[in-house]
Amino acid sequence: MTYVTKPRLHHPTLAKNRLGFTRRDYEGNVSTLCAGCGHDSISAALIQAFWELSIEPHRVAKLSGIGCSSKTPDYFLGNSHGFNTVHGRMPSVLTGANLANRDLIYLGVSGDGDSASIGLGQFGHVMRRGVNMTYILENNGVYGLTKGQFSATADKGSKAKRGQVNTEAPVDTVSLALIMGATFVARSFSGDKHQLVPLVKAAIAHEGAAFIDVISPCVAFNNHPGSTKSYDYVREHNEAVNRLDFWPSREAITVEYKDGQVIEVAQHDGSIIKLRKTHPDYDPGDRTRALTYIQQHQALGEVVTGLLYLHPEAEDLHAHLNTCEVAFNRLGEKELCPGAGMLEKINAALR
Amino acid sequence: MKRIESLNDFVIKFANVNGSGSASANELFAKSFLRMGIPVSPRNIFPSNIQGLPTWYEVRVDEKGWLGRRGGVDLMVAMNPQTWDADVKEIDPGGYLFYDDTKALPPSKFRDDIHVIGMPLTEICNATYTDSRERQLFKNIIYVGALAGMLGIEPEVIAELIGEQYKGKEKLLKPNLNAFKMGLDHARMHLKEACGLKVKRAYAVGEKIFIEGNAAAALGCVYGGATVCAWYPITPSSSLAEAFQRYCSRLRVDKETGKNKFAIIQGEDELASVGIAIGAGWNGARAFTATSGPGISLMTEFIGLAYFAEIPLTIIDVQRGGPSTGMPTRTQQADVLACAYASHGDTKHVLLFPEDPNECFEFAAQALDLADRLQTPVFLMTDLDIGMNQRLTAPLKWDDSRKYDRGKVMSAEELEAGKEFGRYLDVDGDGIPYRTLPGTHPSKGAYFTRGTTKNAYATYSEAGSDYVTNVQRLLKKFETAKTLVPKPVLTPAKVPARFGCIYYGSTSPAMSEALEALAGQGIFINALRVRSFPFQDELFDFVASHTKVFVVEQNRDAQLKTLLVNDAGINPASLISVLHYDGTPITARFITKEIAEIVAALNVRPIKKDKAA
Ligand SMILES: Cc1ncc(C[n+]2csc(CCOP(=O)(O)OP(=O)(O)O)c2C)c(N)n1
Ligand code: SF4
Ligand SMILES: [Mg+2]
Repeated sequence: MTYVTKPRLHHPTLAKNRLGFTRRDYEGNVSTLCAGCGHDSISAALIQAFWELSIEPHRVAKLSGIGCSSKTPDYFLGNSHGFNTVHGRMPSVLTGANLANRDLIYLGVSGDGDSASIGLGQFGHVMRRGVNMTYILENNGVYGLTKGQFSATADKGSKAKRGQVNTEAPVDTVSLALIMGATFVARSFSGDKHQLVPLVKAAIAHEGAAFIDVISPCVAFNNHPGSTKSYDYVREHNEAVNRLDFWPSREAITVEYKDGQVIEVAQHDGSIIKLRKTHPDYDPGDRTRALTYIQQHQALGEVVTGLLYLHPEAEDLHAHLNTCEVAFNRLGEKELCPGAGMLEKINAALR
Repeated sequence: MKRIESLNDFVIKFANVNGSGSASANELFAKSFLRMGIPVSPRNIFPSNIQGLPTWYEVRVDEKGWLGRRGGVDLMVAMNPQTWDADVKEIDPGGYLFYDDTKALPPSKFRDDIHVIGMPLTEICNATYTDSRERQLFKNIIYVGALAGMLGIEPEVIAELIGEQYKGKEKLLKPNLNAFKMGLDHARMHLKEACGLKVKRAYAVGEKIFIEGNAAAALGCVYGGATVCAWYPITPSSSLAEAFQRYCSRLRVDKETGKNKFAIIQGEDELASVGIAIGAGWNGARAFTATSGPGISLMTEFIGLAYFAEIPLTIIDVQRGGPSTGMPTRTQQADVLACAYASHGDTKHVLLFPEDPNECFEFAAQALDLADRLQTPVFLMTDLDIGMNQRLTAPLKWDDSRKYDRGKVMSAEELEAGKEFGRYLDVDGDGIPYRTLPGTHPSKGAYFTRGTTKNAYATYSEAGSDYVTNVQRLLKKFETAKTLVPKPVLTPAKVPARFGCIYYGSTSPAMSEALEALAGQGIFINALRVRSFPFQDELFDFVASHTKVFVVEQNRDAQLKTLLVNDAGINPASLISVLHYDGTPITARFITKEIAEIVAALNVRPIKKDKAA
């Protein structure tokens, strides 16, 4: 099996963004996933978000683990460098990459097996460190690539395709991300691009650890009755806390208010997130409340989606480590080597 | 009774209780010899705990400059009642036992073939200090004073060292000097002729410096341009990352902005540490991780990824005794095979074997160059003996005209000019492809890095032919590595010799000493110190030109020999292993005895001494 590169014939009527790029410029190779896979919808949302934000594709680094979900970075942003690492360990590689060059935008793509089972440790620690990234977890409750075993996010009592019932408690990645210190936490659904695209855009603009758990049905192994990650199940049980609009700071936007209450949250980079609340009592600035809210609705069998928590003044790992402004990978011997004279002094102190 | 009499040549061992403050006093003692121009090599022998359990510090003083562990003890400073019996037993006949005789001990606690030197340390301390912590701490300085008096260490030298240690802390300086003086006066008055071991100023230290291998390797990483260090605490490698932190805080903070030109991450485990180093290497920063055997085990999947996806990575393995937790505070060279072939699938890696702190510095900086040039993991194989002990070593050197070798990185200009880019394409026959760094060019040079098979243009492929082409190219790259890694060092015997000997790493000082001892017995051996893997032609020629070659190693399974046979195709019949693996550093006495016995068994008559001159 080899990958097919999409022909890049530009249709003259395709819309262009601020950089003059069409959506096509944000695409990658043709997906090899099953037709109807939720992961492909997420890729489409990512393409839309990067295009709308007018980000130069080559200024993005895409990192992933192993799984169907982790294969997807090959299917968008074809002009970006990608790194399909090892199973469950994308967070550490992303952390190192981010340290080496703080000037790029880092996108981490993972699956629920990748993040909640084998990689649970790295998932937690990358949040703690506050690595500036957008971490997308394409959550289908199964191991797609290894053909349908339960993952650690499968709900207790949910049924696998061949009928086995899951008896183990699920890992709630959203609550975990909150506890571990992520400064932007959201949940969405692959089939809801109106919710997902603005969330991705806001996550990209967030200068800290941004996490989005995207429920993403696997048509091969969980889109059947009994699965709690199927399209139908999620549509029926979706409980949206807010609708989100996002404007990058460079664009002056006049806002049209629709129904419902709107709150504005200014991000570190000056951009503004507007939350159109469907639930007037939901405040995404309150981490403790967010946790309780998620748990309460979980108990009712509801999947809470939307922006669950945002720390607008988040600091990232570079700030914690007080690193220099120039990307490490641009520093040479002049900046890094203390020189022979200093070594003589060091020698002298060791006699 | 025999009495060991020796000038500038003896071994003193301190038996202490861990955490009692003895470490800095003992170090002070060791350093005083250096200031008197006499080479010294101290070794920490410590258990895997922080406080309360036994710890030993063995100091070899030797004007001839042998720095390996000698074996045997001439003077035991027995400060730990818990290990008393074993400590007393270890003293060579005619040697000395120095102890605190405040409380009388029954005669059964002593031996009649050693000389016992008592001093009422506790009594003196109790009479002088009221605070219990002070009593403990100053006791150490008092015995250093007494030893100085007995052995003839110049008091000015120790006073000077105390002065340096407490520079700026005048409050502590004076009481320490007083304690030292108290011990000194006691010895001068009561113990003048108690001990036959004496020191006298010599001129055998010269320009040499005194540094731990871990600190030197850390400094090598600073000089070599490492900006990212990711690690997880494990003895005996932790002090390397800590030294990197210390040196960076001093040498890598931008003076104007106060910002750091380095990042150090204590990972959640070794998987994260190596993952961080790989991510940084992929993105063009120089990165390393420092660990020991158990950490290497955890890293192996990632090491395979770095090998196959061709990512620069420097791993410093400060080896300890394995398997499993093994002997965490003892030394071995037992990770050679684990590192040479680390990971699943067909993998092999570049290894560097430093002999001392000087080479730790040199090779650490070189490893960063090699990793970039070869786009692969490079292992610096040091061990606890080199890493955690201060060692006398040649001064560290840096040539200011030296440039970092960043390897084949294609620039935006080259891409723009239309230079062909195939991430896994061998354009000039050395097996090393060009890489691009993320973010280089808007439309050219991006590729998808993966551990799965791909063709020369980084496109996913499961075609067997693509796989074979790729892994064959990796072999070619390994051939190229031979031309870049440090060559072996030959020490020829004084007369033409039929025997050869191969050794590496921390065995070096003991081996040099053994070679001289063997020559004294008429056994002449050409010695080759291996400094890297893959092996170069010099090694084959060396083995081919000797009837038998000893391979001296500090592991059970003759790991380097296995590599020689397995990877270099050397006939095992020509190799004889000499193996030491009880966790203590190998000694010249051990090597000499083993080789002399084998030579005798082979029925070779030693060359008469007079003919050999
Ligand atoms: C160390 C290791 N163990 C096991 C595997 C096999 N494996 C590949 S993908 C996968 C599960 C992927 O599940 P998930 O992350 O949920 O991704 P999905 O395919 O569902 O998108 C497993 C177990 C592997 N690649 N590496
Ligand atoms: S197996 Fe499931 S997760 Fe994998 S591509 Fe098919 S639908 Fe998607
Ligand atoms: Mg999954």
